[in-house]
Amino acid sequence: MNKNIAEAVPPPERKRVKLPIFSEIAAVPHMVWLALFVVLPLIFVVYYAFTDIKGDFTFANIAALSQHAGTFLTSVCYALIATAICLLIGYPLAFAISRASAKRQGLLIMLLMIPMWMNLLIRTYSLMAILDDGGIINGLLSAVGLPELHIIGTAGAVIFGMVYDFFPYMVLPIYSVMTKQDTRLIEAAYDLGCNRLSAHFKVTLPLSVPGIVSGITMVFVPSISTFYISQKLGGGTKELIGDTIERQINNPATRNVGAAISLVMMILILISVTVMNKFSDDDDKGGVII
Amino acid sequence: MNKNKIVELKAISKEFNGEQVLSEISLDIHDNEFVTLLGPSGCGKTTMLRIIAGFETPDSGDVYFDGVRINDVPPYKRELNTVFQKYALFPHLNVYENIAFGLRQKKCPEQEISDRVKEALKMVNLSGFEKRSTEKLSGGQQQRVAIARALVNRPKVLLLDEPLGALDLKLRKDMQNELKNIQHLTGITFIFVTHDQEEALSMSDTVVVMANGRIQQIGTPTDIYNEPVNAFVADFIGESNILDGVMLSDYKAKFAGHVFDCLDKGFDKNEPVDIVVRPEDIDIVPLEKGMLRGKITQLTFKGDYYEIICDIKGFKWMIQATDYVEPDSEVGVYIEPDAIHVMKKSEYSGMFGDYSTFSDEFEHISDTEEESEDE
Repeated sequence: MNKNIAEAVPPPERKRVKLPIFSEIAAVPHMVWLALFVVLPLIFVVYYAFTDIKGDFTFANIAALSQHAGTFLTSVCYALIATAICLLIGYPLAFAISRASAKRQGLLIMLLMIPMWMNLLIRTYSLMAILDDGGIINGLLSAVGLPELHIIGTAGAVIFGMVYDFFPYMVLPIYSVMTKQDTRLIEAAYDLGCNRLSAHFKVTLPLSVPGIVSGITMVFVPSISTFYISQKLGGGTKELIGDTIERQINNPATRNVGAAISLVMMILILISVTVMNKFSDDDDKGGVII
Repeated sequence: MNKNKIVELKAISKEFNGEQVLSEISLDIHDNEFVTLLGPSGCGKTTMLRIIAGFETPDSGDVYFDGVRINDVPPYKRELNTVFQKYALFPHLNVYENIAFGLRQKKCPEQEISDRVKEALKMVNLSGFEKRSTEKLSGGQQQRVAIARALVNRPKVLLLDEPLGALDLKLRKDMQNELKNIQHLTGITFIFVTHDQEEALSMSDTVVVMANGRIQQIGTPTDIYNEPVNAFVADFIGESNILDGVMLSDYKAKFAGHVFDCLDKGFDKNEPVDIVVRPEDIDIVPLEKGMLRGKITQLTFKGDYYEIICDIKGFKWMIQATDYVEPDSEVGVYIEPDAIHVMKKSEYSGMFGDYSTFSDEFEHISDTEEESEDE
């Protein structure tokens, strides 16, 4: 009898060994996925960046980059402006949501999320219909007797598109960090002589930095590499670096130059993300997604 | 005590979601006093502290601070500081900056901040910890930083919300002594909230026992222990045998089927009363010398004494004695007149039975943390 019980319960050592094996097996599909669709393409990018059409090693592609410096600078500017606008609107919104009642929080977050359920391209197309010269906004304007505005094809339209498309990615990480904050810390700040405003700037804001960093990264990175927003809302006149890459890669003759731009872009993004994350020295606070 | 009243609560009531948390609480707290608000979870003690701190406003009643009504004064304008449950240290600031927080808010000159932070750290025995991150400190060290952060502002009143709840027993005892010392040294009025009756008795000048949003008794630790006003206080503070009795006349009480001499008077003739006899005040004597006789049903060795459960006419008494008695033996029980405490009947009468279901584990049920009150 006793012996049976002893056999039925495996010794704890065996259990401890089993678990990692299981989790390793569970990770296999993802590993394969990563290898096929992340690592392998990256290797191709590096390969194409340093070869010419015939496949010979060259630095010519990298040297050709200087022609695109202007486009690159424009992209950075647009992405920075879009990120700044998202932060200016998103931070107060995230704060307001995080301080609302639990029921209202759920509702507000859902309203924020609903657009994200739709494909980005579709959203950008519908934005086109709204902003277009004969679109909804201008229709409304002429209906009330105001002169029409030329919105589509301007830098403003492109930046507006970026803000519209990526805004939730700014709010969500900040919101998630803010809801996790201990309300006692705010009380402690009041107790130590802070009013609401100074308590916010001395406690809530510094503790939200990981979320802010994460939000900035999640808006800036897709903004700087986007191509469809500028194509659809920029009316083909506002070429961004994403468009350049797309055009170069689609043309077999310039594919290698496209790869070189991609590579440099990736490295620059990686550097800026690393620098950003330095500002939120503590990664385990939650909310840091990249 | 003819000292200046520093905090006065007048008929404070408060309800949360239709639940009455505090009913008509009135309390005076004096300069330089160590007051403990003691009671089980949900008795309203934390809410009371939060009303004094300014985090909650009373539905009715007034709070006075140094003679001035402060109902509508926000927390940051009150001359008091709080040591929070679980410390609430700022995780983004190091030890020095945590302690300097209040002084910076007051725009103190940098030199003065530095001096006062050093002095506060020295008081809590953490000199040299200035640059440490608060998250890397042990519970006891975090506790000390929290105390230093409050004391450095030299408040008139320090509020402490279960500050020792998260510490282990040994550290807790040390911190009790240290807090008591700091209070003597600084002369600041301490208002201390706890559910631990031992902590309350050993630290306080005045203990305020609370239950169900009402003050049950206010008194010195000895008063509270020796002269509990009702069955709740008697049961909550220490161990007690609480019996139904009748006051036959002055100095004569009848309970457990025997008429005892006692020191209490002023009750009506034949008035039903609650009788309290503390376990350490009961003597076990040979059968023939006993006023009562009973059977030992349980005996637990506690180190410096034996905890004995004795069945006397179906009522299980707890007795603490230094001498061993044989379990299952018949013994005599002797109770001195001054060991008997007579209390008026109250709403709590009969709520606390004998020790028939007693187990040490029940002790810990009341130790659960007071989250419900904090909402």
